[in-house]
Amino acid sequence: MSSRSGRRSRLLDWIDARFPLSKLWNEHAAKYYAPKNFNFWYYFGSLALLVLFIQIVTGIWLAMYYKPDAGQAFASIEYIMRDVEWGWLIRYMHSTGASAFFIVIYLHMFRALLYGSYKRPRELLWLIGMTLYFLLMAEAFFGYLLPWGQMSYWGAKVITSLFGAIPVIGEDIALWIRGDYEVSDATLNRFYAFHVIAVPLVLIGMVVAHLLALHEVGSNNPDGVEIKYRKDSKGMPLDGIPFHPYYTVKDLVGIVVFLILFALVVFFIPEMGGWFLEHNNFEPANPIVTPEHIAPLWYLTPFYSILRAIPDKLLGVLAMTLAMVALFLIPWLDKSPVRSIRYRGPLYKTALALFTISFIGLGYLGTQNPTGLYTLLARIFSALYFLFFLLMPFYTKWDKSKPVPERLS
Amino acid sequence: MSDDEVDCKRRRFLTTAASVVGGTGVVLAATPFVASLQPSAKTLAEGAPIEVDISQLKPGQLMRAMWRRRPVWVLRRSEEALATLSGHQEELIDPTSEEPQQPAYAANNHRSINPEYLVLIGTCTHLGCSPAYVPAGESSELSSQLGANWRGGFFCPCHGSRFDLAGRVEKGFPAPSNLVVPPHRYLSATRLVIGADEKGVV
Repeated sequence: MSSRSGRRSRLLDWIDARFPLSKLWNEHAAKYYAPKNFNFWYYFGSLALLVLFIQIVTGIWLAMYYKPDAGQAFASIEYIMRDVEWGWLIRYMHSTGASAFFIVIYLHMFRALLYGSYKRPRELLWLIGMTLYFLLMAEAFFGYLLPWGQMSYWGAKVITSLFGAIPVIGEDIALWIRGDYEVSDATLNRFYAFHVIAVPLVLIGMVVAHLLALHEVGSNNPDGVEIKYRKDSKGMPLDGIPFHPYYTVKDLVGIVVFLILFALVVFFIPEMGGWFLEHNNFEPANPIVTPEHIAPLWYLTPFYSILRAIPDKLLGVLAMTLAMVALFLIPWLDKSPVRSIRYRGPLYKTALALFTISFIGLGYLGTQNPTGLYTLLARIFSALYFLFFLLMPFYTKWDKSKPVPERLS
Repeated sequence: MSDDEVDCKRRRFLTTAASVVGGTGVVLAATPFVASLQPSAKTLAEGAPIEVDISQLKPGQLMRAMWRRRPVWVLRRSEEALATLSGHQEELIDPTSEEPQQPAYAANNHRSINPEYLVLIGTCTHLGCSPAYVPAGESSELSSQLGANWRGGFFCPCHGSRFDLAGRVEKGFPAPSNLVVPPHRYLSATRLVIGADEKGVV
């Protein structure tokens, strides 16, 4: 035994003299101190990494069988589903993974809103995170064209037409993006290139940046109290515990539960009643006929609802863009002296509740036909959405916050 | 000047000059990549004008052709349909076709060369969906949504924009302008060219 472990440590020494292996492991796991009071909401960071891994592996396999050609794309998906060994499983994992990614990311972002994780000194962490969110939306959008179904085609057409709303040069930009007068084979080819290599490369780079920024400032926690200020004689935070083994084990529990739920969807309800795979997309793209009801997948519908709520093309596109940009500004709009919702007053709690209802409401309305009552509701929710940001400097300043303890409670 | 003295001014000049030359090189090298995304010569050639035979078209009927991968509609309007084009001008954004959404020869009340035949590009001016043709008095899921006062026209299912039987957009919906009339001309009474007119090919 001793000679084997001696050999192993000699190998490690050999590597460490040439590559900072032990140093990296210690800095990011064994000696990375995280607050001891992480709760349920802290599962979703590691789950996002897991889903990214699932998407990359299943994506590589799908790329082996898929044909990025307007004449063959739809049939190649059916080929994967019927004829490729285990193709159905790999594809359902990929399509379920897309929705799972957004569920996990939305919960991850909501955690940041609950506990003020974007506040100083974590502003850049939030900005990188929001960039990741938008890269993920771009990745999902590019990927959604690839099956070349009716929804793929008309969804891509609507989104590329958004650029046509830009005055003067808009139509030329839309033409440049599509590479054709309309969404066509040329568009499919370039979307494939973006989906399988360009966006994933940037995405992975930004994930690394997100983790580096997190480990530089340290994790926030449900109390919103900095653990760095109280250290023991060895210089370690009193309220911190090493990420490994404590949180690697905790995250493993989350991963097991997640995978059980994920498998249930993949095996029993992969279409999720039209929410994960839309019914219209089982029909090949037809440039002559728009389906009577078109909607993007659920994770993009909140912004889509805002776009539709405004009865003017340019203003609608502007409002949708602003709705996205506003999210980036939160660290500077929030003037509250405390981070966590536990010590915030009733104003922020009400605002966050209204914002959450509006966001989910907009998401639901975006999947429905834009008529009558639904248009009115979409306008009310859009107004609430923007008021959350516009009024944030005021209600966070006037709010009655409770005293924050010096150490974790 | 001794050898070990640093000439900061000269160093700054050289750094700036090298950066400018390098930056120019990066921009020039990026140009082919950006321009490569433009439509290819093949795509442009496939956008050539098309000929359409309208001899089989019955009154009230709409036919669809493809030009530049867009649906092009030819609608044969009956006398009753043409009568619906007046009397609701105040509900329209651009009733007299002031905006350049049509060639000069179609900038009239019926927005066509020949009042009977309407030629339109069948994509909504909002975000490019293809509106549905919903004649008046037809009973379907769509016409029941549009209400009893619907006088016939086009309805976009994506975002709810409405157009009359000359492709003019109604106020209060997201589409900003009338449907586009493509350049076209008649070769004979029943043959149309779409994508070219007396002035030539667009």
